[in-house]
Order: sequence, then structure tokens, then C-alpha cells
Amino acid sequence: MKRWNWERTAAVLLLSPSIILIAIFVYGFIAFTGYASLTAWDRLDPDFTYVGFTNYVKLFANQRFQIDLRNTVGFTVLFLIACLTIGLTLAILLDQRIRAEGVFRSIFLFPMAISFIVTGVVWRWLLNPGSPELGSTGVNLLFEKLGLGFLKWGWFTDPVVWHIPPDSGLGQLLQQIGLGFMASPKVGLSAGVVSLVLAATWQMSGYTMAMYLAGLRAIPDELREAARVDGASEWQVLWHIVFPMLRPITLSAVIILGHISLKIYDLVVAMTGPGIGFSTDVPAYFMWDTTFRGNHFARGSAIAMVLLVMVAVLIIPYLVWTTRTEAEL
Amino acid sequence: MTTQTQTKGKFVLFPGWQWQRILLYATLVFFAVLYLVPVYLLVVTGLKSFAEVSQARMWNLPVGISFDSFYKAWFGAPAEGVRGLGVNFWNSVYLTVPATLISAMLGSINGYILTKWKFRGSDVLFPLLLFGMFIPYQSILIPLVQVLSKIPGIGSESLYGTIPGLIFVHIVYGIPITTLIFRNYYAAIPNELVEAARIDGATIFGIYRHVLFPLSLPGFVVVMIWQFTSVWNDFLFAVTVTGNPASQPITVGLNNLAGSYIVEWNVQMAGAFLAALPTLAVYIFLGRYFMRGLLAGSLKG
Repeated sequence: MKRWNWERTAAVLLLSPSIILIAIFVYGFIAFTGYASLTAWDRLDPDFTYVGFTNYVKLFANQRFQIDLRNTVGFTVLFLIACLTIGLTLAILLDQRIRAEGVFRSIFLFPMAISFIVTGVVWRWLLNPGSPELGSTGVNLLFEKLGLGFLKWGWFTDPVVWHIPPDSGLGQLLQQIGLGFMASPKVGLSAGVVSLVLAATWQMSGYTMAMYLAGLRAIPDELREAARVDGASEWQVLWHIVFPMLRPITLSAVIILGHISLKIYDLVVAMTGPGIGFSTDVPAYFMWDTTFRGNHFARGSAIAMVLLVMVAVLIIPYLVWTTRTEAEL
Repeated sequence: MTTQTQTKGKFVLFPGWQWQRILLYATLVFFAVLYLVPVYLLVVTGLKSFAEVSQARMWNLPVGISFDSFYKAWFGAPAEGVRGLGVNFWNSVYLTVPATLISAMLGSINGYILTKWKFRGSDVLFPLLLFGMFIPYQSILIPLVQVLSKIPGIGSESLYGTIPGLIFVHIVYGIPITTLIFRNYYAAIPNELVEAARIDGATIFGIYRHVLFPLSLPGFVVVMIWQFTSVWNDFLFAVTVTGNPASQPITVGLNNLAGSYIVEWNVQMAGAFLAALPTLAVYIFLGRYFMRGLLAGSLKG
């Protein structure tokens, strides 16, 4: 009985270095950043004069930050749609008794092993549109060679922001019902974001495929057989049996891809930078820039806290959900 | 051969060998080519000689094979003020190897305690620990820099700006994921094994050393691949913690190389290839475990 007791203590002691490190470096540091965001710290030396929520008020009125939020939303939505569609399609195709399945799987998945910096460097050259003097380069040049010249465009160098034109019918309607801001570049999609999505999808869609493939392989054959015996066609089996059973996988994929896209930073640094008129800027980039280049520590802290809240809204319900379903098992 | 291919897929939308099967393979090949286009450009450009590199011929195969670009990417050109990535590559090795080993050890012990020595509150502690792997690291960077510059280093004034500092950072923020993977791994090992060892008089340490640890090899492989890949590929911590080019890992070195206007783009491509090589090698040789690690990242491995 005595031995039991010292071992219990030993168990807690063995775990304690990790607990203490996480308590300080995660929770303590977040508290510090949260506090710093409420101060007037605007130079290299710390200045903890309390200013309340001023930094947040200024931040949300800041034009660059508004553009960043717009870009994050656009990036996240497009990136999720692209990864889920391509990932699910590839998984279903690979589940059709394919010869050399392993080879295809490896090809779709290998970009996952590469850093966003490498991806960014390569895709910057791929999507470099070239110039009128030197001619087209990268993908534009490839399009020309394949006779698809009409597909050429400026990629991430094009500063255009697609949005609802305010003088269009829909724009005027929105203005009448007090939603005029929806018909402005503030609620739109910048062309540069599309290029970032392309590179990020190249890197992450294979991962989505792997998740879906694991899900497909986990569906018991009996279920499909039973449906077939009842006279369901293969497409009906897919729609009524397979898709509903893949729903938890889709949820996991949305959470994982979503939190990656909210935090996206490396890819922007290596591929585009903030872009013309911040067309490819994101909050994570703004945070690093303003904090470690501009020494605006309080503002940097405020951006970091906004990022944290966005990620937490996504992650905490997921953590609760997974730990709870685990407890039921 | 036929039996193997027959048991692989589980349902068939396109049965038989008609035109539908051909279309199916054509689609897969199309996607495969699409995924390989960046690799083609990377390799082809890296192998071209300086004389041969031109943007108009960027998709052409190289006439002869030249390693000039790799040479310049690795050694740099001091006369032109171009730093080689060789130093950064070795920095990444010195960073990744210890960080991976220590992370894996720590994760293994944590996973052991959280599955075989549960105590009151350990189930609450675990999600709190896990949250640490999802946070945007921007929310801890400012105090991290402050604290690292106050912890004295070995042979340096502080941990800030050094590889040991970066190793420490990766160990700390690697705790959640390594603990998660080992916890899932050890949860599958029957408790009866532990009970039997205890009846035989083994202590908490003895059980780990003689029962759990010898069974842990696959767990270690998965965790080490995960940590190796994420530490090698990390940019945010590296660029924040190390300011001096001589102590920067390869991701930061590559970004500096690619951001410099005096560096030719074939050299940038060669540099990108060098930076990608180690993790790609791990992926190619240990692909099966790599997959397992990736799926473990989605919590329910």
C-alpha cells in the first residue's frame, strides 16, 4: 500500500515538468500578451501604462487590418472548398481498386512533407506572370505553349479586388436595406489571395485525401452489401451510405485546415509578401511586421489576441467534442 | 496479383475495363501530373547551367546536367555578398536532431503517465495540454523573446538568438503533439500487461523500462517523423528567435536567399531543393509511418 503512494507521487512528478512548461509558456504567455495588448507599449522598451481597449478599437478601425480580415476570410473559404473537394474526389477515385494506388497516393501526399517556405519559393516562380518586355514566364508561359494563352493573367501581382459593384442592381438593393458596405472592396476577394490558395491547396489537399481515404476504408463492407442487396445503385450507395459516414472526417478536416489557414504566415512571407495595397496581407503577417519591425508591441499583441480568439472559437468546441466522445467509448 | 488489387478498393463506381475505367485512370494521371509540375520545374531549373537559364526556356529540359546552381546555393558567392545555405543546413541538423529526440522522450513519458498512471484531474489536464498545439504562436512570441533573452545560455549571454534557444522552444511547444501521439499509442497497449508486471513487483520506472518502452518503437518512429518534419520546416520560431544569419536554420536562410535580388532564380530553386531534401527523404523511406503521424494530428489517431 505504501509503495502505491510513492508511485502516485512519482507519476505526478514525472508529468510536472511538462505541466509547468505548458502552464508558463502557453497560458502564462497568453496572459502576458493579453495584458500587453491593453497597454501603451509602442517602442522597444516595455511600457505597461494601462490604456484599456484602445488598441483594439484602433485596430478594427485600421484599414490594413480590415483588409487582412477580408483576406483571411476569402483565403479560408476558398482553401477549405478546394481542399475538401479535391481531397474527397481523389479519395473516392483511389478507392476504385486502382492499380499502383500507392504510387498515386505518394504523389498526392508528398507536398505535405515540404515546408511552406519551399512551396512559397517555387510557386512564386510558377505564378510569376512575367513582363511585357521579357514575355510570359511560369504558368503563363506554359499556357501559351499549350495554346491556352487566354488563361494568362497577373496572378498575385494583379491588385484587383472582386466585389459587388455599388452601382449594380444588387449593390443598390444592398444600399437600400442598409448593407451598402457589402458592395465595396471591403467585402471582396483579392486576386492575390487566389494564388496563395493555389499553392496552399497543392500542399494540403493530399492530406485531406489521406483523411478521407482512411474514412472510406473504415466503412464496413456489410453496410454497402446490405444496400446493394436492397437494390441500391453504386451512386446511391455513395450518396446515402458513404457520404453520411464521412461527415465526422469532414468536420475534422474543416477544423484542422481552418486553423492552419487562419494562422497562415510562412507561405505569404516566401511567396508574395503583403502585396500591392496589402492584396495578399494577412493578420499573422501584419502582427510580425508591426511587432518585430515596427516595435508597436501593444498593437502586435492585440492582433495576436484577435488571432487567438478566432482559432479558439474553432478549436475549443472540437477539443470538448473529441474528449467527450472518447470518454463515451 | 489479382487478389491483392481486388481486396484493396471497397466499392466500385466504374466496374469492368470499359471506357469508364480508362477515364478514371486518365483523371488520376492528370492530377498526378498537376501535383508534379512544381517538382519538375524545381529539378529542371536546379540542374541547368547559368548560361542555359532563361525565363523564356524555363520549361525546357536542361541540355546538359550542371550542378553549378547547387554549388552556389550551398557555398554562396562571398565576392557577390551571397551567403550559402550550407551553414544554415547544418544549423537545421543541429537544431532538429536534439529537439526531436528530447521531444519524443518527453512525449513518451507523458503518454505513459496519462494512460497507465491516471490521477485525479489528469483527464482535465490533457485537453488543456492539447490546446497548446493549436494556438497561433503569435500569441506567445512577444513574452517568448523577452524570457529567452533573460535565460542564460551555455557559452552565450542568453538563449535568445541561439540554436539551443530554438531547441528549447521546439521541445516546449512539441509537448502537446508528442504527448497526444504517445497517449493514443499506449492506450492500445492492454492494462493487463502493466498489472501483471506490478504483481511481479515492478515499480513505475521498471514497468516503463521493461514493459512499455520495448513496445514503443513504432510510436517513437511516428513521433520522431512528426517532430523532425515540423522542426525542420518551421519558419516562425526560427525567424523570431534567431536574428544572426550564422545561426539561422535553413528555412530562414532560404527565405533570405530567395528575397535577395542579386541571387539568380536557378540558385533559389536549388536552395529550395536542398531545404526540402531531408523531409522528402524521410517521407520516401518511412512513408507509411509518416501517414500515421499525419492522421494522428487529427486527434483521433
